[in-house]
Amino acid sequence: MEFSVNSPILFVLAGLVIAAVLAQSVFFLVKAWRRGKEIGMDKDRLKHIAVTAAVFTIAPAISIVIGVIALSKGLGIPLPWLRLSVIGSLSYETVAANNALSGMGLSLGSAALTAKQYVTVAIVMTVSILVGIWLVPVVAKKVLGGMESLEKRDRKWAEIFINAMFIGMIAAFLGFIFCDVSDVFKGSTAGLIPVCVMIVSALVMCLAGVAVKKLKYRWISDYALPVSLVIGMLSAIPITAWLG
Amino acid sequence: MQTSYMERVHKWGKIWCFSMCAVFFLFPIAVAVIFRAAPDWQGLVQGLIATAPMYWAVGIIETFTYLPMLGAGGSYLSFVTGNISNLKLPCALNALEQAGVKANSEEGEVVSTIAIAVSSIVTTVIIILGVILIVPLTPILNAPVLQPAFEQIIPALFGGLGVVFVSKYWKIAVAPIVLMLVLFIAIPALNAGTVGIMVPVSAAFTLGVSRLMYKKGMLD
Repeated sequence: MEFSVNSPILFVLAGLVIAAVLAQSVFFLVKAWRRGKEIGMDKDRLKHIAVTAAVFTIAPAISIVIGVIALSKGLGIPLPWLRLSVIGSLSYETVAANNALSGMGLSLGSAALTAKQYVTVAIVMTVSILVGIWLVPVVAKKVLGGMESLEKRDRKWAEIFINAMFIGMIAAFLGFIFCDVSDVFKGSTAGLIPVCVMIVSALVMCLAGVAVKKLKYRWISDYALPVSLVIGMLSAIPITAWLG
Repeated sequence: MQTSYMERVHKWGKIWCFSMCAVFFLFPIAVAVIFRAAPDWQGLVQGLIATAPMYWAVGIIETFTYLPMLGAGGSYLSFVTGNISNLKLPCALNALEQAGVKANSEEGEVVSTIAIAVSSIVTTVIIILGVILIVPLTPILNAPVLQPAFEQIIPALFGGLGVVFVSKYWKIAVAPIVLMLVLFIAIPALNAGTVGIMVPVSAAFTLGVSRLMYKKGMLD
């Protein structure tokens, strides 16, 4: 069979792997849903959680499609489709593909890949990011068991512990948003774009909070995060035109 | 919270994760067999040496950092489907916040698993639609006017999320935010490529500060 990076058989193979990933998500959804009902969470509440999560996911998922389009120029559609549907990211896959290709004296998009080169790239992309998938089942029970015994020893500290983890992650990303701010001193205002976008998104969230308090509309709070995300993203268009 | 449900989640998680490890390898193996093409060994070794050590190190740290936050079901799903810090974890955090439940409760486990599972399904379906419609979608999604919007997802996401969590836990949030701002502004090497490494650093620092404040009775 003649090889092409968009060969129909590659779509079938990628589709089969993605079907397995989808099956895992459906499996855990069904199990958690049933457990929720067993412990007294009503159906409407569970449905509400699912709908909010689905709405929240739309905009980031579209950005992943853009990643598939970007990578498809050098690797065809099936491999980026597969890789960005599982653990990985546009930046990781680009680095992994480029490292594999440079080992063969090539670069991403420089030439049509042979089957040999394609297999090499696919293996490097798969192996280099696989650690979490096998490490989580090895350590999860122990780590979460440790959290549980921490809670038994000191409930208040256990609660602070988990909130501190959340805050730590958010603080790192807030810091990252400011990483190019100092470019202002070199005459470039582009580093202020993410800061302004963050402020717009934060303001939308604050407005939503005020609206919930004043109007008592609970649904505003449910969709405040996806709405602040989308308005923040849209605000990047005029802000970039202004500062970029 | 060690219930029979949790025992079963760990059992299912082990089966699914180890199976998915094997399934992921099926793609390159099947391509190699179908097209009778062995890998280029030199490219493979060089590619792995250049890529794997760094991402494995980051992967190990991320596993221990994100596991307590995602819960059992959420972790078994997130470490297969990816996009943890920019999608799955914020999605779970938002769901926990909306549901008004604690992450380390059984209700929290159920809520975060449902949120992450739905998020994974929606992401997969949207990517499938994107692949089917790639020809008409490419000029729209690649339109220069839309590029800034998709480049600024992280600030748009963490602006909203930050308001919720920082206002709620401001006492423990001040020190890590100040530290991260100083580090990211002062050190040019800290950027989009290294933010993942800074998450565990920031989490460890926040834990240390919180412990100190807790011991001194400042979080009562």
